[in-house]
Amino acid sequence: MSPAQSGSAPEPVSVTLSVNGQTHTLSLEPSVTLLDLLRERLHLTGSKKGCDQGQCGACTVLVDGRRVNSCLQLAVMKDGAEITTIEGLGTPDRLHPMQAAFIAHDAFQCGYCTPGQICSAVGMLGEGHAHGPEEIRELMSGNLCRCGAYTNIVDAIEDARRGREAPTLGTPSLEAAE
Amino acid sequence: MSNVHPYVGRAEPRVDGALKVTGRAKYAAEFRADDMVYAAAVPATIAKGRIVALDLSRALSAPGVLDILTHENRPEIPESDEPYLNDMVAVPGSPFRPLKDDRIVYGGQAIALVIADTHENARHAASLVAAEYEAETPVVDVAAARGEAYDTFEPRDGIPPPPPPRGDAEAAFEGSAIRLRHDYRVAPEHHNPMEMMATTVVWEGEGRLTIHTKTQGVINPKNYICAVFGLDPDKVIVNSPFVGGAFGMALRPHYDLMLATMAALKLERSVRLVLTRAQMYTMGWRPDTLQTVALSASADGALTSISHHAVQATSRYEDYQEPTVNWSGLLYDCPNVSLKYELAKIDTATPSDMRAPGATLGVYALEAAMDELSYELGIDPLELRLKNYAERDGNDDKPFSSKELKAAYAQGAERFGWSKRSPEPRSMRDGKELVGLGMATGCWEAMMQPHSASATLSADGRLEVACGTADIGTGTYTILSQIAADEFGLDIGDVTARVGDTTLPMAPVEGGSWGAASAGNAVRAACKALKEDLLKHARGLDGSPLSNAAIDHVAFANGRIALGSDESQSVSFADAVRASGQAAVSAKADFAPDEDFSKKFAAYTHSAVFAEVKVDEELGVIRVTRVVSAIAAGKILNLATARSQILGGVVMGIGMALHEETLWDKRLGRVVNANLGEYHVPAHADIQNIDVIFVEEDDKANPLGVKGLGEIGIVGAAAAIANAVFHATGRRVRDLPITIEKLL
Amino acid sequence: MINFGYTRAATIGEAIQAVAGDPQARFIAGGTNLVDLMKYGVERPGRLVDITRLPLKHMEDTPGGGLKIGALVPNSDLAYDARVERDYPLLSSAILAGASAQLRNAATTGGNLLQRTRCYYFYDAAAPCNKREPGSGCSAIGGVTRVHAILGASSSCIATHPSDMCVALAALGATVHVEGPDGARTVAFEDFHRLPGDAPEKDNTLAHGEMVTAIELPAPRFGSNHSYLKLRDRLSYAFALVSVAAAVELDGDRIAEARVALGGVAHKPWRVPEAEALLKGETPSPDAFGKAADRLLEGAVGQGENDFKIELARRAVIRALSQAAAGTPQVQSNKIVN
Ligand SMILES: Cc1cc2nc3c(=O)[nH]c(=O)nc-3n(C[C@H](O)[C@H](O)[C@H](O)COP(=O)(O)OP(=O)(O)OC[C@H]3O[C@@H](n4cnc5c(N)ncnc54)[C@H](O)[C@@H]3O)c2cc1C
Ligand code: SF4
Ligand code: FES
Ligand code: FES
Repeated sequence: MSPAQSGSAPEPVSVTLSVNGQTHTLSLEPSVTLLDLLRERLHLTGSKKGCDQGQCGACTVLVDGRRVNSCLQLAVMKDGAEITTIEGLGTPDRLHPMQAAFIAHDAFQCGYCTPGQICSAVGMLGEGHAHGPEEIRELMSGNLCRCGAYTNIVDAIEDARRGREAPTLGTPSLEAAE
Repeated sequence: MSNVHPYVGRAEPRVDGALKVTGRAKYAAEFRADDMVYAAAVPATIAKGRIVALDLSRALSAPGVLDILTHENRPEIPESDEPYLNDMVAVPGSPFRPLKDDRIVYGGQAIALVIADTHENARHAASLVAAEYEAETPVVDVAAARGEAYDTFEPRDGIPPPPPPRGDAEAAFEGSAIRLRHDYRVAPEHHNPMEMMATTVVWEGEGRLTIHTKTQGVINPKNYICAVFGLDPDKVIVNSPFVGGAFGMALRPHYDLMLATMAALKLERSVRLVLTRAQMYTMGWRPDTLQTVALSASADGALTSISHHAVQATSRYEDYQEPTVNWSGLLYDCPNVSLKYELAKIDTATPSDMRAPGATLGVYALEAAMDELSYELGIDPLELRLKNYAERDGNDDKPFSSKELKAAYAQGAERFGWSKRSPEPRSMRDGKELVGLGMATGCWEAMMQPHSASATLSADGRLEVACGTADIGTGTYTILSQIAADEFGLDIGDVTARVGDTTLPMAPVEGGSWGAASAGNAVRAACKALKEDLLKHARGLDGSPLSNAAIDHVAFANGRIALGSDESQSVSFADAVRASGQAAVSAKADFAPDEDFSKKFAAYTHSAVFAEVKVDEELGVIRVTRVVSAIAAGKILNLATARSQILGGVVMGIGMALHEETLWDKRLGRVVNANLGEYHVPAHADIQNIDVIFVEEDDKANPLGVKGLGEIGIVGAAAAIANAVFHATGRRVRDLPITIEKLL
Repeated sequence: MINFGYTRAATIGEAIQAVAGDPQARFIAGGTNLVDLMKYGVERPGRLVDITRLPLKHMEDTPGGGLKIGALVPNSDLAYDARVERDYPLLSSAILAGASAQLRNAATTGGNLLQRTRCYYFYDAAAPCNKREPGSGCSAIGGVTRVHAILGASSSCIATHPSDMCVALAALGATVHVEGPDGARTVAFEDFHRLPGDAPEKDNTLAHGEMVTAIELPAPRFGSNHSYLKLRDRLSYAFALVSVAAAVELDGDRIAEARVALGGVAHKPWRVPEAEALLKGETPSPDAFGKAADRLLEGAVGQGENDFKIELARRAVIRALSQAAAGTPQVQSNKIVN
């Protein structure tokens, strides 16, 4: 490595945290955010970076069951925390009901905001303050979707909230998908 | 996901849905290599001038730094414009290239690229790069540059200049009793896809590169990079299977691509460069545009003249153009039309295509003016549109290939309850809120591009179709799978669609809403070719029951090729494949639009958009409570993904009407709200009911009858909302977005 | 973002010591403001002192019938706390009007008080800004000023304080508990934040090394006669152009006591006791509210682009007081302003 080893390197800090049930003990520079830890070091790229400033919600993960913007969390501060990311909610073969509802309602297009929307929605239902579409819209407003899938997202969350079987796509009429 | 044919036309769930909802879909910044290092671009802090001195000493001695590239020390790049013009979406002018020289031509331009072992160290060192500048005064406001507007530019490829005047608009205007002339402005916007521009260059050794970059068409970055760096195309693969939204901004290669590749070539290792959200405002944008529309009509509402004039911003170094005013010559039947389109240069990055480029702006102005005219005339706004309904494209004097706009008006109005609207502004209320109902027409060209595709059936009965196009969220994977599944009578689960890789058959960039029609027809053609091949192999089998069968006499279903006349006479796909002597049978086909057809017909998609707003007049709070968008766009391949596209367009239209505005500081020449906190895109709370209707429309421009849907949803949406705000409040706001203060 | 050192504090004393002894050190709580500013190079601390493990996460009833809220209570826990919802619904509502659910989950009570302005130029490390770099000048003046102050600004700075929660705290007459190297003290809420004057780098009256340990609310009053009304550029997840925290105590059909604080208009939550006094003994009416609003906005000046805020604030005050007097507070998830 070129001239660059000099300069004041920050002291790494030892951190132990659990991600999707797996315990990691790491030595991290303090400036590593939880989001960058997940994406760049643990290779869990399901959590997305849409702004890196708390302004979009794409990085939403559950920390000890609470939804937060992982881009504004310093990983070293999460020592002992239990983190759940989109990868921990379900897999293509065993979808979480919220994930299945998102597919059933075509609640995304590009899919980039989607992991954040889903983690946020799961976190929101855990909080217990969303009792209908109006409250869902307000309490999901921290998750922007530039593809504009909002109405479908709200429908998907409503279905998951009521625990009812989401209407499956594939019916020949649009009405049925609404 | 039952095996019910045809899949085409149904609301089939996305085939890539499970990958996306589980976080397994990989975007450009999510590929990696063991030797990968991280780059960070350092932005200029002036908007115009030159770099006098760079001080890299602190940055170079920061931890983990491997190299810093600047205009002074970068590897050679070509001087001439030629190689850079391999960008197939380039516009007339001299394409921008980062780290070219000491000139700063727009705010936030990259002045250095720091490469370090970790993302954190690169970011840290980037903050330590110091520059001294000689600053000049930038102009970032098209109004200030209007005096130097010009129309002498070289026309951009594929963008028709305004047609010559027809009739005498000026005289007709003067001679008409009912007339109006108004200025309209839409605030400059940025695309702001949720995924930021990113490039991961994987150094494969021996000069081989695999480049994962955010793009709307892998072939474009490949051609560009190979030309710029003189690379052997056989050694470069561009792979971009998922794109986190783009809306036009990833049509052209941006500086992340060039800088990451430059660094990888210099360091001979893998490099990742992800731009910041702020840097997303240092590239293409929807140009600041000043428009004037003049309309006149006879007392019965027949248009007697339309004049539409636009002055649009472009950069100092390129003449970006979009079809802004042309719509006014074809949307209505009018004998006297005068259209004028000019550019004005300012000190920003070159604008770029953003969802329905040109139409979004131009149709807004026309449709706002039409609404104003309806009040002048005392004619219902919808009635006025019907009165002036165009049966032919007046610009080219051609019939439309199909145009079910009347049906869209009717079905949209019905679903929306337009007849319950009371015509007077301020006449409808709901509690403390004023209620407004507005409508507008939308229009977009139905385009196609040559595409190639392949189809491969393997002995295990799985079909793979492939095309080098992109799925930017539009549903390409899914519609290609549907089309292929139908061709072979396969369960969609047995079909794999592949896109977004330069090893796949050639496709141009995905934009202009031509993707579905072009890639879809190419895949269809490849499937047809493959069926011919399979039948040939099946016929050649010893004692084949199909030995005399022609393609028209057989059906492909249930994993078998069977005689239409006697289903019991059949050969399994597996046997047909085996008969080829190969593990799989593959066919390729090219699709090209029918030139004769497009000479004879004008092909457009249309929409009728209806919006309801509720306005707290005292406080200026606007809520868009209902939108109905009725779309006439030919055959709908997938009702679910098609509907989502329209929803997305409407949401962006709501943003344009009420929220979005890129703010430049006129002194500093920099965007001050270069983030998603202060550049407001609609959030969940802003979006309530949006209803989408697809009217039946039979189009013959291509075998699938598809016209494309990516853009049409936004066109007209902002006008419908602005018109509804007028109906609610009696206030005509002619500069979007309609923020609180404009209603106080 | 520049690299920095990190200390995880185990006790309040240790945290205060670590910051007080190092001019480059800062406390970090939820991180939702500080980490953002650090990424932009606006804040460049040499060391962060993590206070999230300190025992400041509790709420307790005070002998006087009030409530003491630990500085580390997350904004969302505070907003949804049953006592707060019952006794201080104005505070609940104001918190829920701010940021997003995820941010409120991370953001803390103390951090919310200390969040910094959203002035565009403060965030742009390349632009002169007296708040970021004392003496460098104010880029906002003469620039894009739509979001800037109309009250209490100076020729050095026209920034606003962005918090919603603080507007309610101002209206409720909270007290801030502070602990520093020299011991503990309390600060009345109106004395906590300051006007920019010629030292806009100081948002508040805390000394370096002083920590907010708790917020104390006086005994509840106002019942359901309150409202938090926030006006902004989209219907959620945006900072206030203008916000109003209003509360009234009725005596029959007369106003016995009124509180009005404005957000988004000044360097601190804006409250004028004389304006509130004008309402004493009045029957609720747009006219009476208008007079109070005029007094509250006395001396307001715009910068051009933000002139509208003066009229908007006036109308918002009248509406919020009407909502409060009618006992029909704004519900944050309902975007209809009743
Ligand atoms: C996108 C976005 C939108 C937002 N919208 C809104 C909004 O609409 N309304 C609104 O009100 N807020 C909004 N916020 C701001 C948010 O409320 C604040 O970021 C948050 O309250 C800060 O709390 P924190 O615990 O995360 O603070 P931190 O970021 O940890 O700290 C902030 C500052 O406070 C200091 N500090 C923290 N705790 C203490 C303490 N106990 N004693 C002394 N100093 C301390 C830190 O040193 C730092 O200087 C928004 C934020 C974001 C990112
Ligand atoms: S208003 Fe205040 S914060 Fe903004 S630039 Fe001026 S001094 Fe800085
Ligand atoms: S990436 Fe964290 S909120 Fe946008
Ligand atoms: S699906 Fe593309 S941003 Fe939400």
